[in-house]
Amino acid sequence: METPMIEVQHLTKRYGQHVALDAVSFSVGRGEVVGFLGPNGAGKSTTMRILTTFMAATSGTVRVGGNCVFENPMRVRKRLGYMPENNPLPPDLRVGDFLRFRARLKSLANGEGAKRVDVVIGQCGIADVAGRFIGQLSRGYRQRVGMADALLAKPELIVLDEPTAGLDPNQVRSVRKLIRGLAGDHTVLISSHILSEIEMTCDRAVILHQGRLLASGALDVLMAKADTAVVSEVRAPLSDVKAWGEKLALGQVECVEQLDGYVRCRFANATSADAREKIFGSAQERGWLLRELTRQTPSLEDLFVNLTRGKEDGK
Amino acid sequence: MSVFRTLVRRELSAFFQGPTGFIIIAAVLFLIGLGFVVVLTGLNGHATPMPVTQVFYGTYFFWLILLLIAPIITMRSFAMERASGTYESLMTAPVGDWEVVLSKFTGALVFYAILWVPLLVCSLVVRLYVGESAVLGPGPMFTSALGILLIGSLYMSMGCFASALTRNQAVAAVSSFAMGAALFFTGFFSYFTGDRSDLISQIARHVSLANHMESFSRGVIDLEATVFFISLTALFLYFTHKVVESRRWK
Repeated sequence: METPMIEVQHLTKRYGQHVALDAVSFSVGRGEVVGFLGPNGAGKSTTMRILTTFMAATSGTVRVGGNCVFENPMRVRKRLGYMPENNPLPPDLRVGDFLRFRARLKSLANGEGAKRVDVVIGQCGIADVAGRFIGQLSRGYRQRVGMADALLAKPELIVLDEPTAGLDPNQVRSVRKLIRGLAGDHTVLISSHILSEIEMTCDRAVILHQGRLLASGALDVLMAKADTAVVSEVRAPLSDVKAWGEKLALGQVECVEQLDGYVRCRFANATSADAREKIFGSAQERGWLLRELTRQTPSLEDLFVNLTRGKEDGK
Repeated sequence: MSVFRTLVRRELSAFFQGPTGFIIIAAVLFLIGLGFVVVLTGLNGHATPMPVTQVFYGTYFFWLILLLIAPIITMRSFAMERASGTYESLMTAPVGDWEVVLSKFTGALVFYAILWVPLLVCSLVVRLYVGESAVLGPGPMFTSALGILLIGSLYMSMGCFASALTRNQAVAAVSSFAMGAALFFTGFFSYFTGDRSDLISQIARHVSLANHMESFSRGVIDLEATVFFISLTALFLYFTHKVVESRRWK
């Protein structure tokens, strides 16, 4: 079997008394785009810092491309493109000079380095700011400069810590597109605390919560574990609607009367695929007006609630 | 090697990207000039058996520049990178810890060396008026420069160490100033202890920076002083490397 790109086993990191990571294990195969998901303080950045050889773990092993990050940091760094949290860049350099400086640090030969700088400038769409000081750039451009740096040495593994944090929707979309374009040629690990963000860019997710691994696997499998509620609004008396909702037996129903004679029903856990069809059909049978029928996409919080609940039940 | 050169160039260029480097140069230029004028008017046209460079060490100006400017040169080296976070991208690039430490030290030392170029010009001006003399001959000039460089490397390594300990530039500057001043003033004990041969007065004589510099300015390469400066520099660079490395076992 091919060695996985990232192999994390029983990774633990303690800061004094505080346990930042508690026996986390997961692996990432070559060419995968994996999302690292968790609320702030879940241990995402800590894991990434250990993975990128910046910090050492308290215990456990981390291998990147078969190389231990503690024993062979140089080998790991040569295969790695990393954009740290908040994307720190020197404000006093021009974009082009910065990338050329980084190319030399990454031991790219002069000709090769210049070529790669041109390529990543094109890839990340920063040609029009190449001559400007990094300190004068907008956040979106700075983010792309950081990504250009991560891509510079054609690394096998690209690690991006919250690449879309603080960007406006247009910038988020362009960064997302860039990340999707990297799939296949590179293994990509990105972190985020926004579920939809990961959903749109990644095939797999590793979910961390308070330093523990909550779940890891294909996104659709994970998402199936989350509540998918269906919300509908029908025009009928509240008591009738309540009885109807229970009869449908789609799970827990909450009904709230609206001011204009409609009743809003929320069917929690309506995971079966035809829940909406069923609701629509039976409302139509009764001759009720239906003005809304929505499947609510679960938020990260919903997913967490379900995953943590599942864990506790199992114990 | 080319990575090391790249890093040193980056360190040096950082001084000149903003006003910092130029402000330091201007301040030092003013102090050197002032010191030189004070020395020349003090001599008042009289012949002196001492080389002018030695007279210059005798004034406060040399030590003022060394003690005050060294912390300012080195305070940003590690502290600023750590505060801004660029330290993380630097230390995850394929660059060794020693390369980082030595490049920061070398960058600071080269900038420090640039600061003293005006002193050379001052000496040449005097030579122009006084004419060729043993006092300003190539020998003392060379050893003086060597002495300035050696004592500078000690203070730069001390400053890099202080800067590596913190992410706050002000804290780095104050602690490296404290270390530098402590070392300087310890040497003053030798004035009180004189030629006594007990342990304390011997130590005081051996750490006296002023004593060490004096022989350099007379045109003598003092082996004891050279070993003193080089070994202390190496020690502080070793400490700095340990601090840089410590993030991996903390």
